[in-house]
Amino acid sequence: MTAVATALRRDMLKRHRDLVTPEGLALPLTIASRSARAGALLLDLALIFTSLLVLLIVLALVGIGVMEADMESASPAMELVLVLLILFVFLLRYGYFLFFELGPRGATPGKRALGIRVAARGGGRLTAEAVIARNLMRDVEVFIPAVFLLSGIGSSLGVTGWAAAVWLAVFVLFPCFNRDNLRAGDLVAGTWVVEAERRKLPQAMSVREEAPAAQYRFGEAELSVYGEHELQVLESVLRQDNPQALRHVLEAICRKIGWQAGDGDDRAFLEAFYAALRARLEGDMRFGKRKKDKFS
Amino acid sequence: MALALFRKAELAPLPDIEAASLRSDRFRLEREGDWRRLEAIVTALEKNRLRRISDEDLLALPVLYRHTASSLAVARETSLDAGTLAYLESLVRRAWFQVYGPRTSLLGWLRRFLGGDWSAAVRSLWLELCVALAAMVAGTVVGWLLVARDSDWYYALVPGEFADARRPGAGREVLADALQGTQGSGEGLTVFAAYLFSNNTAVSILAFALGFAFGVPTLLLLVYNTAILGAMLWLFFDAGLGWEFVAWLSVHGTTELLAILLAGAAGIHIGRTMAFPGDRSVLAAASASGRRAALVMAGVVLMLAIAGLLEGYARQLVEAPPARGAIGFAMLAFWIAWFALAGRERRGAG
Repeated sequence: MTAVATALRRDMLKRHRDLVTPEGLALPLTIASRSARAGALLLDLALIFTSLLVLLIVLALVGIGVMEADMESASPAMELVLVLLILFVFLLRYGYFLFFELGPRGATPGKRALGIRVAARGGGRLTAEAVIARNLMRDVEVFIPAVFLLSGIGSSLGVTGWAAAVWLAVFVLFPCFNRDNLRAGDLVAGTWVVEAERRKLPQAMSVREEAPAAQYRFGEAELSVYGEHELQVLESVLRQDNPQALRHVLEAICRKIGWQAGDGDDRAFLEAFYAALRARLEGDMRFGKRKKDKFS
Repeated sequence: MALALFRKAELAPLPDIEAASLRSDRFRLEREGDWRRLEAIVTALEKNRLRRISDEDLLALPVLYRHTASSLAVARETSLDAGTLAYLESLVRRAWFQVYGPRTSLLGWLRRFLGGDWSAAVRSLWLELCVALAAMVAGTVVGWLLVARDSDWYYALVPGEFADARRPGAGREVLADALQGTQGSGEGLTVFAAYLFSNNTAVSILAFALGFAFGVPTLLLLVYNTAILGAMLWLFFDAGLGWEFVAWLSVHGTTELLAILLAGAAGIHIGRTMAFPGDRSVLAAASASGRRAALVMAGVVLMLAIAGLLEGYARQLVEAPPARGAIGFAMLAFWIAWFALAGRERRGAG
């Protein structure tokens, strides 16, 4: 459990970048993970494929069999349908990603679902040319390997087949071999894909009416045990408000500071402890003293 | 509607600021109204609902953004409330993307694109254009020579879909027939034009995208595709139909070959800057050349759409070789003049 947690933290640290805004503020960005990007792509492809399928089914229901249609002997109406269909497929293949990534969210529906977006590398403006460049490259990275896979399954590959497979693998696996998870299109366009989570503002911690903080008095000895990391863990436990977890944490804290865990209101105790600890740590912070965690 | 709901939520009484026991929570409660207002504006911007934003909100956006950014800077130094810090970071990031987002609309971009950006990008690729042109000429010559020496090469080079009636040994009449327009009716032409457009565009985007591998596959693709052209040229010249074939081809071919030339040059440009980035880092060089090449490629798609229309309509409806040639070479002159001249005077005036 802790091994997983530390691996996750290390991964987060590895993907962390700082972007300096024109105001001189360092804004933290997290590079989107490869799995999130692959998931977003699969979602988008599924969406494209489904919309095409739905269109074909609707056409078939109306009574237009596109598959049997013959280019030479088509009636004018049929011809129009065929033209629109060809253009529709073309737009789906090249226009879908372009349209959505040029929008104000900088993300396709798949990317939005996974909370990621496209941004200019190094904090510049995301220009239309960059979005065009990264999506033209998508052709060799996604569509051609997909066609290759679909046509190659079942039949044995010759020497040229293997060469093509290796060649395409270079493109497909490109994001696995650089620090910023860039695919070839990102490299050419000067973009990267970052996490763009939307968070809600949680309630302030120290304004609950029912908190009779005066019940508990914590002294210097009790409050000097923990640091900022533990404070923020306690905050997340309080925000989740799971009785079992609260009890668990309460016992751990009481063991640590040498108190007896009573049968009173767990939450009230923890809130009081949280407020006292935060007041102390923030007070120290104003004087430039920071305590990262209980070990420091 | 979303914004209206948001407003209502905002009006809900904020907790009494004095009730907060912690100084950092009081700091937060004093500014929370501004943050929520910024969040509402940013959400509307993200949803592209510009009309939902009132004028005063829009005017307040930069100020609110700066306030919130400075709130974040202060909160980082004075508050240990992880929830609030995470909220502020995500809000400032979202606002930053909107405040420093793309400035031009698609229409404005298109105007600048046609007004000179495109031709300027094409002109800056002159070296790659020469390389791509050399590859295409070499491909044509190779195709011609191979088939001239041994006509079996024709079947190896030309894919089956083109080689229906047009094959070595076919009679002059058969070949001449292949150059005729469809008699009388114009049926099926729109489908044909749309198909050609989407097919050719896929090929040129491939030529561009393969440039990533230092341009080598792009060159191979150019040589191979023009070798087909060379083989067919030989076939028709051999049958004494050379000039008719050139006229037939030039209707759309001048536009289409030029588009393929541009796509190839764009691909080679990326490959070249990645192989020889100069003073810049490979990443910086690649992204600079990628943006320039993308401009060229947007134009290539436009040119191929025009070529598809010419091929689908003009070629099938106009039958006299001189008229066909005139259309083709007028298009060629138009494109060359466009690339050489468009956007120059503006640059000179500015």
